[in-house]
Amino acid sequence: MRISSGFYSIRQGLKNIRRNILFSLASIGTIVSCLFLFGVFYCVIVNFRTGMKDLENTVVISVFFKEDVTDQNINLIGEQIRLRDEVNTIYFKSADEAWEEYAKDRYGDRYEEAIASFAGDNPLKYSASYEITLKDLSKQADFVSYLKGLTGVRSVNTSEVTADGIAALNSVVGYASAGIIVILLLVSVFLISNTITIGISVRKEEIAIMKLIGATNFFVRAPFIVEGIVIGLVGSLIPLVLIYYLYDNVTKYVIGRFKVVSQLFAFVPSHDIFAVLIPASAIIGIGLGLIGSIITTRKHLKV
Amino acid sequence: MIEMNNVKVKYPGSKTYALSDVNINIEKGEFVFIVGASGSGKTTLIKLLLKEMDPTEGKVHVAGFDYAKLKRRNIPKVRRRIGVVFQNFRLLKDRTVYENVAFAQRVVETPGRYIRRQVPAMLTLVGLADKYKSYPKQLSGGEQQRVALARALVNKPEILLADEPTGNLDPKNSWEIMRLLEDVNKKGTTVVVVTHNKEIVNMMQKRVITLKKGEIISDEKKGGYIDED
Ligand SMILES: Nc1ncnc2c1ncn2[C@@H]1O[C@H](COP(=O)(O)OP(=O)(O)OP(=O)(O)O)[C@@H](O)[C@H]1O
Ligand SMILES: [Mg+2]
Repeated sequence: MRISSGFYSIRQGLKNIRRNILFSLASIGTIVSCLFLFGVFYCVIVNFRTGMKDLENTVVISVFFKEDVTDQNINLIGEQIRLRDEVNTIYFKSADEAWEEYAKDRYGDRYEEAIASFAGDNPLKYSASYEITLKDLSKQADFVSYLKGLTGVRSVNTSEVTADGIAALNSVVGYASAGIIVILLLVSVFLISNTITIGISVRKEEIAIMKLIGATNFFVRAPFIVEGIVIGLVGSLIPLVLIYYLYDNVTKYVIGRFKVVSQLFAFVPSHDIFAVLIPASAIIGIGLGLIGSIITTRKHLKV
Repeated sequence: MIEMNNVKVKYPGSKTYALSDVNINIEKGEFVFIVGASGSGKTTLIKLLLKEMDPTEGKVHVAGFDYAKLKRRNIPKVRRRIGVVFQNFRLLKDRTVYENVAFAQRVVETPGRYIRRQVPAMLTLVGLADKYKSYPKQLSGGEQQRVALARALVNKPEILLADEPTGNLDPKNSWEIMRLLEDVNKKGTTVVVVTHNKEIVNMMQKRVITLKKGEIISDEKKGGYIDED
């Protein structure tokens, strides 16, 4: 296609949108809501995931050893565990440390006295352990049975409930948002297709004449494809701008209002979020416009 | 240039043939009148040549293309070699005279600088230079007809099909249009004109093909208008 024909098609496509402004706005509106939700979910999920990572690091698996296992063997087991892919961090907690921690917990400020009263005898002398955090919580169950299978291991303690709870919540939020977004995507394609069908019926005579005087199929379809792309593009830019301001203000508000939050948890910087969200929204928006216009013109514009 | 062999056309739902046993051979550079009463099949013939419809039976060849074997994506290639004036003009109501003529060039993807040169020249040729900004509904029937002719000719087609190009014109303007068609024909374009204008057909001494109820009842080299009754 020539450049001047390209410009012509673009002008005609924009004219289609203007002529049929109500339907075009409705299509743009659905894409805006679809991509707005997509963007909000994305922000929430990204932050949720980072938060989760922090949380996962606090879900600790403790491995205790049988009484007859030597320090050397404990070291060997530690090396073995360290080599596993699932392991994020591994920390050796000696029997003394365990006792000191227990005593602090039990006797509060007077724990030093309490320890002294045992005169060097450690009641928890067989309670040395490895404290392990995993890269991915969903692998916890398998990893625990692996640990239990190691020779010399007496017991493995986990916080099963927390792990399951977090994993479940994670997938529920994921599925729900994916479901809503898919429905909105379908509605968008349907509305774009309707908008373009109306555009085609309004220009029936023009299209018929075009074909009879030698227009190629592509030339006849181009304005409608332009129409779809423009609707998709506008529909993807509006939510990006909205989310940009929203994200900025919400994070500022939350940090200002709930000081605690900022200590537990850091928001993902908007720069990182938009590095993904801008191209993703643009591709989805333009893709919706393209799909909607291509299926519609295929159906209605056979030469 | 144009060849029809044993062509029959029956419209869906109709019992009679709109065209039957039509055999026509038109050479490059010819000027041919198609005449006949209303409903005799003249417009149907034009539609076949444009491949706006396919014959029920028989073969159509135009500009070396066998229409039965023509692939869909090649249809524009044939149509670009044909200029057409439709019986009811079929101008675009929402565009100016200029845009209506330019439209034919945009459709075949002529570069803008040629469009800007050729459209005004064409409008001058058909005597509408001062009306280029008007919309079709602001024009008389004859003026609309001339816009349609300008649109058909602006791409310098090898073949011109004109379905009653003087139907709404007074004798003086009709003659002007006919002179124009003759000029175009002298420059090499094959011209096929459907008309009811007896005087013009008789004066011009061109080939005349007469249709009656879908059949060719006469095809004469330097013919005249045959009155039915
Ligand atoms: N789309 C159609 N569906 C059914 N029948 C049709 C259709 N178009 C034309 N016909 C019939 O075919 C026959 C030929 O019509 P056609 O339009 O070719 O006549 P014509 O010679 O151009 O007449 P006119 O001088 O009035 O323009 C007529 O009997 C007409 O009723
Ligand atoms: Mg007719």
